[in-house]
Amino acid sequence: MAQEEYQKYYVPEQSVWPIVGAVALFLIAVGAGNLTIDITNGNEGYGQWVLLAGIVTLIVMVTGWFRNQIHESMSGLYSDQLGRSYRQGMAWFIFSEVMFFAAFFGALFYARTIAIPWLGGASNNAMTNEVLWPGFEAVWPLLQTPGGIESTQMGWFGLPLVNTMLLLTSSVTCHYAHVGLEQNKRKQLSWMLGLTILLGCVFLGLQVEEYIHAYDIGLTLDSGMYGNTFFLLTGFHGMHVTLGTVILIVLWFRVQKGHFTPDNHFAFQAGSWYWHFVDVVWVMLFFFVYIL
Amino acid sequence: MSTATETAHHGEHDDHHHHAPAGLKRWLLTTNHKDIGTLYLWFSFIMFLTGGAMAMVIRAELFQPGLQIVDPNFFNQMTTVHGLIMVFGAVMPAFTGLANWLIPMMIGAPDMALPRMNNWSFWILPFAFLILLSSLFMEGGGPAFGWTFYAPLSTTYSSDSTALFVFSVHIMGISSIMGAINVIVTIWNMRAPGMTWMKMPMFVWTWLITAFLLIAVMPVLAGVVTMVLTDKYFGTSFFNAAGGGDPVMFQHIFWFFGHPEVYIMILPAFGIISHIIPTFARKPLFGYASMVYATASIALLSFIVWAHHMFTTGMPVAAEMFFMFATMLISVPTGVKVFNWVATMWRGSMTFEIPMLFAIAFVVLFTIGGLSGLMLAITPVDFQYHDTYFVVAHFHYVLVTGAVFSIMAAAYYWLPKWTGVMYDNTLAKWHFWASLVSVNVLFFPMHFVGLAGMPRRIPDYALQFADFNKWISIGGFAFGLSQLIFLALLIKACRKQGEPATSQVWDGAEGLEWEIPSPAPYHTFDTPPLIK
Repeated sequence: MAQEEYQKYYVPEQSVWPIVGAVALFLIAVGAGNLTIDITNGNEGYGQWVLLAGIVTLIVMVTGWFRNQIHESMSGLYSDQLGRSYRQGMAWFIFSEVMFFAAFFGALFYARTIAIPWLGGASNNAMTNEVLWPGFEAVWPLLQTPGGIESTQMGWFGLPLVNTMLLLTSSVTCHYAHVGLEQNKRKQLSWMLGLTILLGCVFLGLQVEEYIHAYDIGLTLDSGMYGNTFFLLTGFHGMHVTLGTVILIVLWFRVQKGHFTPDNHFAFQAGSWYWHFVDVVWVMLFFFVYIL
Repeated sequence: MSTATETAHHGEHDDHHHHAPAGLKRWLLTTNHKDIGTLYLWFSFIMFLTGGAMAMVIRAELFQPGLQIVDPNFFNQMTTVHGLIMVFGAVMPAFTGLANWLIPMMIGAPDMALPRMNNWSFWILPFAFLILLSSLFMEGGGPAFGWTFYAPLSTTYSSDSTALFVFSVHIMGISSIMGAINVIVTIWNMRAPGMTWMKMPMFVWTWLITAFLLIAVMPVLAGVVTMVLTDKYFGTSFFNAAGGGDPVMFQHIFWFFGHPEVYIMILPAFGIISHIIPTFARKPLFGYASMVYATASIALLSFIVWAHHMFTTGMPVAAEMFFMFATMLISVPTGVKVFNWVATMWRGSMTFEIPMLFAIAFVVLFTIGGLSGLMLAITPVDFQYHDTYFVVAHFHYVLVTGAVFSIMAAAYYWLPKWTGVMYDNTLAKWHFWASLVSVNVLFFPMHFVGLAGMPRRIPDYALQFADFNKWISIGGFAFGLSQLIFLALLIKACRKQGEPATSQVWDGAEGLEWEIPSPAPYHTFDTPPLIK
């Protein structure tokens, strides 16, 4: 590495936002915790207000921190080295997200290949089946649990297939938005990014539709392992798509204000990486939750 | 190594940086790696004393057979929160604090790569522990299911406050992940010119690999606590056979996190010891490259050994065999390290300053913990030891005389660099010898009561264990009190009472951090040093 790259060490000024963010997370945790406890016990509590205060604080924090960051970036304070740090940081953050989903996919695979067959008497568990869960048949999707809860299968052909197409298309449009940015075709950038956002929103709308449908046909969060993995995997994915869409919307407004240049656009790159990541997770979901 | 300084242009923010801002704002808003390192270290020490106080409650109850002082539910809360605090509040933040202080100085960087996020990752930690500790005062009590929160103890049978436990663990996880991202990016991207991979100090290497482990497994912990939350409050049945789930699945997911986690708590310790022994043996570290590869091998193997915590859950024999042999394999790279440390001392001009005493104690006592681990790795034997005090003895040897001793060694070793004064040597000697003796009185007899069948996590025990338990408790109180000597010493050093330290501090010390003045200036390298 050449000496010149280090000429502009940049250590940022003190900032009030991290401590605001810490308070925000504290309020969210206390609020969400108390809300959960109160809902379960059927009590009226103050949890939702603390949670709300936490979320508002978090939004203020993110807005303030990013505004500060954008301002510093636009005034040319940042070095290439810092840009690399940001990119690497984002890449590792996405890796941590991958591992978060891996926990839930792991639960799905374990239930399908080990837990449920064993309950059905596989391996050396004949007596488990005979004595504890007589009559239980191990099949996937698990439409009747050992405890006797019934649910219905969610097919892959209708909305899920459409949603897959939507997200895959959005990945392509997101890529062409990036290409537009790199070749300084601002119009292409703006349109393609807008289209990506639109596809993301339609996807989220259809997901809501699908959840309503699922509850109509009797597939719910508490209907055993099939419902658990279905809702937790698609639910966390949906939350990530929501976050990704918000990121892309912010990027779109920044594009309208003339931010980003062909060789300086970390925020855009991070947002697009994130979007591709949620797409890949969806493809995994489509195969392992819906089709197989 | 030598440092070449060259004045460079810093932009308009220079003025803010050359003096430390004062008052509360300095600590709340800081972006300085040294300030944040100090915060982490003090927080960790406060947590160490808090978790230690809980251990005192445990040992007071176990001083005699029969239920004496606390009720069993409170006893369980003490064992649980003691474990959670020591793992997530004491050991991990201490290593992160050391990483913050040392890594930028060791690789010639001006600061951590992402200083504001660094501040965020520290300040969310006290809040997480505030939530965890306050849940102890809620109706029904705090978490009482052991730090491993096995389902269904944490789902069906846990107290109402479990949701708060879950969210506090989420925050601890977020903190660790951000801290780890910061470390990994700093090491990857901020090394001074000439600081090639195989010139990196061992502490930096071990932390690089630790950071990777953290990013890989903390999200899995977040996943498993989330499943506990939904199982308990929202009607899912991940860990409930009636809904097609499996309580054993909890253990699989938990230990997929949990096993790399124990290496997260020991790899940086290996790094520290690999600095201290060469300094006081006045010889370069024996087998530097093999140390690096051994660290990497331990990290990789840590992903395929998790089920050795679960030999008695009824896994297929093939799985038990696989996890047994994979676990035993880890003793190879670990053995490489121990032999390398011993070989470093071989024919060295050794002196026995306090850091070296702690380091030698580490090598000996950690090896005892490692060997009892090897015994536990043997499946048929583990059937006997499982959930006995033998296990408690094992992991306290690796975590207290291993991880905690290494942290103390590090504190003594780098304290003069941080404060600019030498620590009080008399207090330090008292601290070391009192700790060394009491820690063995505390943990060594646990092997015997464990082998004789005393189960862990119980407030009462059979009469034949009474004598040993009395001595264990006496050792425990003595070890607890010994740490107050350390507290006094630290306060003295932080108030700069003591002989001024030179920049090299120790005769044989090598590395970039020993070439800057003591105490280290608020901003170390404004321009990158040149490493030759």
